[in-house]
Amino acid sequence: MARMKFLCDAERCIECNSCVTACKQEHEIPWGVNRRRVVTINDGVPGERSISVACMHCSDAPCMAVCPVDCFYKSEDGVVLHDKDLCIGCGYCFYACPFGAPQFPQTGAFGVRGKMDKCTFCAGGPEPDRSAAEFQKYGRNRLAEGKLPACAEMCSTKALLGGDGDMIANIYRDRVTHRGKGGEVWGWATAYKLPAGGTPGAQPGAPGAAPPAAPPPAGGTKS
Amino acid sequence: MRSFTFAALGIAAIALLVAGCGERPQVINYKQGTYQGKPDTPAYSNAPFNGNRQQWDNAIDTRAQAQNEYVRIRD
Repeated sequence: MARMKFLCDAERCIECNSCVTACKQEHEIPWGVNRRRVVTINDGVPGERSISVACMHCSDAPCMAVCPVDCFYKSEDGVVLHDKDLCIGCGYCFYACPFGAPQFPQTGAFGVRGKMDKCTFCAGGPEPDRSAAEFQKYGRNRLAEGKLPACAEMCSTKALLGGDGDMIANIYRDRVTHRGKGGEVWGWATAYKLPAGGTPGAQPGAPGAAPPAAPPPAGGTKS
Repeated sequence: MRSFTFAALGIAAIALLVAGCGERPQVINYKQGTYQGKPDTPAYSNAPFNGNRQQWDNAIDTRAQAQNEYVRIRD
């Protein structure tokens, strides 16, 4: 069973923002909403690093825990999605998310906040797959087309990897072995906790690290 | 005329009494900790995969391997 994850390789990200552009273009995201963004740390000084950040589809997602109307669910592939018809735009999920993923369109006057919008791993939402309603509310459903998220597939340096956790961890491990450095994976410990049998702080690309944990059982219900 | 008024009033009273019967509940039956929204279907449930999970997995794995330049570009 696939357990969808994102992995951003800070050694490779060149801050080109093509992932951001790809996401906006693919889903026709309105002005002011950024499902994905590139964060640069130590900008302008030696050793600066850039990371592409969006919803990481956490194993134990804090947004799901704090939502007062329980509009979140997890697909059987481990993608955290939500029902916009239920969302009340309270913003609790924004405060709970360690990655700042939830976005709120400011559509009205006086800072009126709309319903939450976030990365769907290009998996749409709880509307008929590839329907007009799904596209309007959640964007394109690439997973239903057998494709991976546009941001990851568009990445020019392949810094951003997306897909089944085991597979992208293997790709990254292979890469780290070839280049011999940069085994740290930003955000994985926060989003996916420790791999089964792994040691604290171990990362999938680090030498001796265990493979990522097996996917938790999830069947479209809140965990 | 008087009986007609009584009949009209009676019909109006009955209509008023049953007016709420056709009303649909507009508030969800909230159960805390449970997803309350619409059910979603798995990504492989529709065309072109038509419920074939294995075929979908293969398609996703092929796309994932396209991200691995050590496979795409041989040493």
